[in-house]
Amino acid sequence: MKAEIKIKQYLNKSWLWVRLSAELDMAVADTFRDTLSNAMASSGCRNLWLDFSRVSFIDSSGLGVLLGRYRQLQPLGGKILITNPNEQVYRLLVASGLHRIMEIEQPQSYRLRREGS
Amino acid sequence: MEAARELDKQSWRCIRRDAEHNPDGKNKMQLRFLSRSENVSLARLLAAGMAAENELTVAELDEIKVAVSEAVSNAIIHGYEGAPDCYVEMALALTDTQLVIEIRDQGVGIADIEEAMRPNFSGKSDRMGLGFAFMHSFMDEVEVQSAPGQGTIVTLYKNLP
Repeated sequence: MKAEIKIKQYLNKSWLWVRLSAELDMAVADTFRDTLSNAMASSGCRNLWLDFSRVSFIDSSGLGVLLGRYRQLQPLGGKILITNPNEQVYRLLVASGLHRIMEIEQPQSYRLRREGS
Repeated sequence: MEAARELDKQSWRCIRRDAEHNPDGKNKMQLRFLSRSENVSLARLLAAGMAAENELTVAELDEIKVAVSEAVSNAIIHGYEGAPDCYVEMALALTDTQLVIEIRDQGVGIADIEEAMRPNFSGKSDRMGLGFAFMHSFMDEVEVQSAPGQGTIVTLYKNLP
């Protein structure tokens, strides 16, 4: 399964929108990191918007790439927004503590289940 | 690592009957695969597939996938230092009460297992050192056998409902 990465630039060069279609594990981590780093450097964008609607799985290799991008943006005062994560991905973003340093959209199914229990 | 490469030349023994080791007749599976990164997803899918024979929730199956993903990634990245031509072995066994997953490499091994298990966010690399933390929090028990030059065996236990 090949990873597909789509990138757009928004809002006066401020936001870089990126949609990854893959399982974000060690097989994809290097490509994703290099693509993101290059796009951030060449666009000069400070803020990263990651559309995770097509990320079906993440483990610590994928979380490491996210932390690395945070470290890259933090000195510039930039931020990371993650939208549409599935429940598995959301749970790991919370378990790793990345939800404290990034803006992460909570999946609706997760919220409903929490309220219901 | 040479030893691991040699595995290829050994005959792949086919055991006709395993009554001694598997008296209760529950399912068992063994797999040997190259230390290539694309095999990480195949390994976790197989483990989740066997786990799915039981009444586990989707969230629990996801957690088993993460634990297997971490153990296999560790074998490739740390055990074999990224070499793609070595062998990782995975054995899966279902008992009445547990799913047992053993992941084995013949790589460099771990000198200080406790140290290796501690999360490490400060490293220069992007890796968070969360692999063992995830294995511990998502499985009911984790065993690690390793020594420098002796390879590593990680055994993951999940209690079944």
